[in-house]
Amino acid sequence: MSAARVGVVTFPGTLDDQDAARAVRHAGGEAVPLWHADRDLKGVDAVFLPGGFSYGDYLRCGAISRFAPLMEELIPAARAGLPVLGTCNGFQILCEAHLLPGALMRNAGLHYICRDQGIRVESTATPWTSDFTEGREIVLPIKHGEGRYVADEATLAALEANGQVVFRYVGGNPNGSLNDIAGVRNEAGNVVGLMPHPEHAVEDLTGAPSTDGRGFFTSILKKLVNA
Amino acid sequence: MTQPSALDSVKRAADTPDERQPYAELGMKREEYDRVRDILGRRPTSSELAIYSVMWSEHCSYKSSKVHLRQFGTKAPQSEALLVGMGENAGVVDIGDGWAATFKIESHNHPSYVEPHQGAATGVGGIVRDIMSMGARPIAVMDALRFGGADQSDTRRVLPGVVEGISHYGNCLGLPNIGGEVVFDPCYIGNPLVNALCVGLLRKDQIKLATAPGPGNKVVLFGALTGPDGIGGASVLASATFEDESQAKRPSVQVGDPFMEKLLIECCLELYQADVVVGIQDLGAAGVSCATTELAAKGTGGMDVQLDLVPLRDPSLRPEEILMSESQERMMAVVTPDDIDAFMAICAKWDIPATVIGEVTDSGRLVMTWHGETIVDIPPGTAADEGPVYERPFHEPDGQAALNAATPADLPRPEDLRATLLQLLGSPNLASKEWVTSQYDRYVRGNTVLAQPADAGVLRISEAMPGAEETTRGIALATDGNGRYARLDPYAGAQLALAEAYRNVAVTGATPLAVTNCLNFGSPEDPEVMWQFAEAVRGLADACKTLGVPVTGGNVSFYNQTGSAAIHPTPVVGVLGVIDDVAGRVRSGFTGEGDKVVLLGETREEFGGSEWAHVAHGHLGGLPPEVDLEAERALARVLVEAAARGLLTGSHDLSDGGLAIALAEACLAQGVGCSVALTGEDAFTDLFSESAARALVTVRPESFDALAELCATHEVPCYGLGTTGGTALTVEGVLEIPLPELREVHTGALPAIFG
Repeated sequence: MSAARVGVVTFPGTLDDQDAARAVRHAGGEAVPLWHADRDLKGVDAVFLPGGFSYGDYLRCGAISRFAPLMEELIPAARAGLPVLGTCNGFQILCEAHLLPGALMRNAGLHYICRDQGIRVESTATPWTSDFTEGREIVLPIKHGEGRYVADEATLAALEANGQVVFRYVGGNPNGSLNDIAGVRNEAGNVVGLMPHPEHAVEDLTGAPSTDGRGFFTSILKKLVNA
Repeated sequence: MTQPSALDSVKRAADTPDERQPYAELGMKREEYDRVRDILGRRPTSSELAIYSVMWSEHCSYKSSKVHLRQFGTKAPQSEALLVGMGENAGVVDIGDGWAATFKIESHNHPSYVEPHQGAATGVGGIVRDIMSMGARPIAVMDALRFGGADQSDTRRVLPGVVEGISHYGNCLGLPNIGGEVVFDPCYIGNPLVNALCVGLLRKDQIKLATAPGPGNKVVLFGALTGPDGIGGASVLASATFEDESQAKRPSVQVGDPFMEKLLIECCLELYQADVVVGIQDLGAAGVSCATTELAAKGTGGMDVQLDLVPLRDPSLRPEEILMSESQERMMAVVTPDDIDAFMAICAKWDIPATVIGEVTDSGRLVMTWHGETIVDIPPGTAADEGPVYERPFHEPDGQAALNAATPADLPRPEDLRATLLQLLGSPNLASKEWVTSQYDRYVRGNTVLAQPADAGVLRISEAMPGAEETTRGIALATDGNGRYARLDPYAGAQLALAEAYRNVAVTGATPLAVTNCLNFGSPEDPEVMWQFAEAVRGLADACKTLGVPVTGGNVSFYNQTGSAAIHPTPVVGVLGVIDDVAGRVRSGFTGEGDKVVLLGETREEFGGSEWAHVAHGHLGGLPPEVDLEAERALARVLVEAAARGLLTGSHDLSDGGLAIALAEACLAQGVGCSVALTGEDAFTDLFSESAARALVTVRPESFDALAELCATHEVPCYGLGTTGGTALTVEGVLEIPLPELREVHTGALPAIFG
């Protein structure tokens, strides 16, 4: 049986694509490079939108990427159920593309912050988190200047009520996110976005002092293989 | 600029030999201007004057330092690892398995004082392009920073801006920032030092050089458009001492666009993969002037350039301004006519503007035209390589003997060593630098094995290139420098900087291979400063020879002074090492309970230039710690061999603040305490002396004998001090500090100052 194929998107200014591809390969999947200018998802089974500063974060983080030719394919596919994970800039792009609710604003402390952050897994009802147990606390790196999650009161209440908050910061909120939100999902659950970086926490030797990021990749690959 | 209305062509220059030219305003001396006239046999055009003035500036020509820097070549140790030495954009070192590493450190001091954010940002951008131009993928950066006193108000302006500039630019490029230094001293107020290092990776058979061979080959300018950025920026700024004119100089600092640079990196790598580049040069200080003269001088010898083809952001720019513009994120390549279409297609894929502006010739002349009129016609080597060389006079500073005589021997010693430890640990130079380093991405690219606050940054060598995925190989990098030591004795101070960086690489288990340096000094026209420079270079060259690590390149920054007050002489030394199996790297500090804590090396009573004298007494005098390079070499052998045999569970260099600070840092690294007993006669000396050639390591108890035997073989003193474990730093009979208290003091200091 051939390996599940996970697309890794590169926009101009994407930075963590190599890391994301490596994490997919380490988990046993095939990483398929997807180029922003191609209107082609290459038949992948899932898509990873990695972090970076796409289009230099000019105008607003993720605001330009949303209009990339590739996104014209990705947005309807995600609405139709394709599993999509966006981390950091990828999360910002998913919000800008209205695949996820809310927005990401400048950190409350106004500084870019890179640190190993405690996070609680609040929902395992997504194809990217099914290998975790609910309530488990994990450590993943964060590295962003604009990660303060905001949404209007009604949206926030709905997210909480529907169990759409997938990750929450623990041991200190690093950026002033409302309700300590680190990541959310869409109503259907197939689209997940978070500020922390699972792809930097998959190896003992490199990256964060944890391998808690592996769960994201084992979750999606199991899901795809069993589908 | 001169004569904005009339174009100063070569013909016009020949017709108006007596026209007065603003050579002095451009920083040239009368003799230098006369030499240009001799070379050309006429007066230079204003465009030629622009070229010679920037190429012969201190910054570009090394005219004051050259006679001393030659020692790095003449005294260089034999090294099989050295693939490309000094004189190229960066040195290249063989790291095994067909891989090579290229690395270099460079200053961006003056611009970072004038405009901290952009000055520091473009410093990162510039060094990254140097590495790219060797054919390498940049894989990490680090920064050695010096600021005025932490409590001085201007430091609160400069430091946050510098850190933000490095953070923004480096993070946007996707390069992990894996180490460096942050040091405070009032001598740097008004002259902060921003030394940026970049390391890159390439296959050793794919080195690119700055050369333009092959008549008929095309000269392509690609990257950002040329605007009125930093006209005379680095060149003039770096060559002029600050008086109180920084407001007037503000517009001459360049503005960086890291997004463009990121695209340029990916574009260049694709161009290299496609093998469509004959020669390449980045545009840094002196912009088009530097790139065209250097490429032409190192190639077939001639080049024709149509300067009016340079794509402009500001169409009103004059040819002289285009030649001097230091707009960032630009490169120049030499491409064969057959490859030019493929070259342009790759640039287009990455949305990089690229323009053919000229052609290589065998005329031996660099000829530039402006809408058909010849405005430059010079032998390129005269601008690029044959600038003035000065043997500046130097002599020992008048107060040097008195300074060395004022030893710290009579300073009152503390009664309460616990309080002294906490006082030092919470002082700005020894406190945690997390406030700074947490603003840098240390994880991107996924190969970071160790990063700050580790003694050295360590990277796994892994690139998605054909046939090469992850390897077991790693490199380690550290930078060090101690201005106080160098002030007391520049010869020894430079050697101590090298010794510390060398040691910091060795404590990770890596074998030191090669050196880069950034030499930060005051005005070379001051014979006392020139003495400091000459001594530092001599010391560094001698030490490199003894330790067997060649200098591969670097940078000199003069004129770091305001009025007559120069900074401490500050040679910053970077050392690159290699480790065959990076999984065997040793972490800094204590990693588990029940390990034996071992001190390697000899402790003497050495407090000259120490942190204790500085913090407790504001004292600087006497002599720095003794340099014993054979001891350093033996220590490194023990550290590397012990790491390779898997004996070490942790390892940490002893330096500023001595054993006390090393123990505290080792405890805080993973939150593991220790209980140790001192072995010397005087607890104060044992704890706070800064004797060199020492390291603190931990081993499992069953490995201690093997380590002791290894130490005996290499004649390295080895003292078992105690055991790791518990929740406090305990020095028996002397002090006990719970880790939370230690941590609060260590991490609280900088946030208390900088918010």
